[in-house]
Amino acid sequence: MMDGKLEMNAFGDALTGEQRIRNFNLNFGPQHPAAHGVLRLVLELDGEIVERCDPHIGLLHRGTEKLMESRTYLQNLPYFDRLDYVAPMNQEHAWCLAIETLTGTVVPRRASLIRVLFCEIGRILNHLLNCTTQAMDVGALTPPLWGFEEREKLMVFYERASGARLHAAYFRPGGVHQDLTDALLDDIEAWTWTFPKVLEDLHTLLTENRIFKQRNVDIGVVTEDDILKYGFSGVMVRGSNMAWDLRRSQPYECYDEFDFKIPVGKNGDCYDRYLVRMEEMTQSILIIRQAIAKLRIEGGEVLARGKITPPSRRDMKTSMEALIHHFKLYTEGFHVPAGEVYVAVEAPKGEFGVYLKSDGSNKPYRTKIRAPGFLHLQAMDHVAKGHQLADVAAIIGTMDIVFGEVDR
Amino acid sequence: MAQANHDALQALADHIAGTQGAAVVSTEVAFGELSVTIHSSQLEAFVQFLRDDAGCKFSSLVDITAVDHPEEDPRFVMVYHFLSMYQNQRIRVKMGVADGAMTPSICAIHPSANWFEREVFDMFGLMFSNHPDLRRILTDYGFRGHPLRKDFPTTGYTEVRYDEAQKRVVYEPVSLVQEYRQFDFLSPWESAKYVLPGDEKMRDEKKA
Repeated sequence: MMDGKLEMNAFGDALTGEQRIRNFNLNFGPQHPAAHGVLRLVLELDGEIVERCDPHIGLLHRGTEKLMESRTYLQNLPYFDRLDYVAPMNQEHAWCLAIETLTGTVVPRRASLIRVLFCEIGRILNHLLNCTTQAMDVGALTPPLWGFEEREKLMVFYERASGARLHAAYFRPGGVHQDLTDALLDDIEAWTWTFPKVLEDLHTLLTENRIFKQRNVDIGVVTEDDILKYGFSGVMVRGSNMAWDLRRSQPYECYDEFDFKIPVGKNGDCYDRYLVRMEEMTQSILIIRQAIAKLRIEGGEVLARGKITPPSRRDMKTSMEALIHHFKLYTEGFHVPAGEVYVAVEAPKGEFGVYLKSDGSNKPYRTKIRAPGFLHLQAMDHVAKGHQLADVAAIIGTMDIVFGEVDR
Repeated sequence: MAQANHDALQALADHIAGTQGAAVVSTEVAFGELSVTIHSSQLEAFVQFLRDDAGCKFSSLVDITAVDHPEEDPRFVMVYHFLSMYQNQRIRVKMGVADGAMTPSICAIHPSANWFEREVFDMFGLMFSNHPDLRRILTDYGFRGHPLRKDFPTTGYTEVRYDEAQKRVVYEPVSLVQEYRQFDFLSPWESAKYVLPGDEKMRDEKKA
């Protein structure tokens, strides 16, 4: 019996050295490639079986919520890029929606479509990274090489829209920073026709791959009960046959007018979650095409001109008031009426929420960032218990942990 | 659409206030969200009710956090967010907590509360009774203080660097080469409450 007890066995016989086996404590991380960042897991192992798993987080804690209390609403926006840096714009979205709810700003239709377009690009960015690096964690090297090539193309789209590949600061309260050019729309659309081929290639690499299936099928099974108990969201829910997607159930922006399906898994294991992510990318492609078709028709402003957004360049050259407004907006910032609001978006990793409490000044009184990965990682002990050590890497991968958002 | 949502939330608020009258202090529907303020002594029973009642079914805990109001009594407000995937409804539960008071932990009802309560303990120094494992979570090993309290400076108290002589990381009190740059751009005509030189004359005039 390898039960970790050092005392004599029931018969009182002397134990041989081989029988004298203790549970093994293992430090996994903080610098482990499969830890997806700076995660330290204190694992208690019985042979190769995980008996207890205690995640130590906070190694990437930057005090975002504290810093935000001393900065204006607009200065706080770029912090959201640095949370989940795999899909930056989805995070900005939640912040903008929170401010817009409190100020009662209506986003122009074209801006709304652009937001949907880039949120879906963010979803593909995220799922490409997650599916392929999870495959790398379980032993495949080629998928990330192929997937990152596509991510690179998407980041170029980010750059052409906002000027930055990663930390875009593109979504602004009241709309988006700059309008998209027709050439960019054409290129994104052209990409949506080449990308399905890459997805197909990834499928041939992984979906029926024997090793990949052996490492993922029936690993990290999540039931409906676990989902409720541990507050899962996103793919962790949809992998277990629950069609819960905030884009559909609590539509924000203009998601209610898009035609897309919500894929669900049947068994709630790592493999089903991989399949759900792959299918979500296909659905995102469909949304992107629809958004582009609508953007070609819809013209007009991309910022709701008013107190919380800058005046147009043309106005600033001719109007004194516009110039003063511009100056005050970028120094003092805009004031948000007192109140509190919780806004959640369906980020690629799950429900990303912002609880914003405003006291009527130009800085948020308190902001709480609700990251999906925080709850998923919390359940690590529950999910990983009884699995083999090697499965821990697969489970971290499938939970889609990024430390920017977990540690904040 | 917005009106229908408002009515549904109002009906839910009435249902909760009607059945849990002893716990509920007030309910409010604002920005399409329902906030319920409760007595802190009733927290566990109220959360249990929200989870199990057929009309509520708030079975997912979304978030727990706190807000610090140094000048108010009680000083802290604990904020809980719950979600019902079955009713497609959200609710916010708030309650006042005094500095140093014990809050009952809801880990037994929602295991996901574990880390959230650890975070509140870490960031605000609020204690939870019956919590299985109340350790710091986000701050450094051996950290002192509770950063999200309003009286905690943004710069913190200590800084770390690698000491070449000792060959290890050392902790030292924060020394800033220049003062932490905290600009205040509030418009003096609208919301800023500075005492400008000469203001005292006006006060004196009023008195006289």
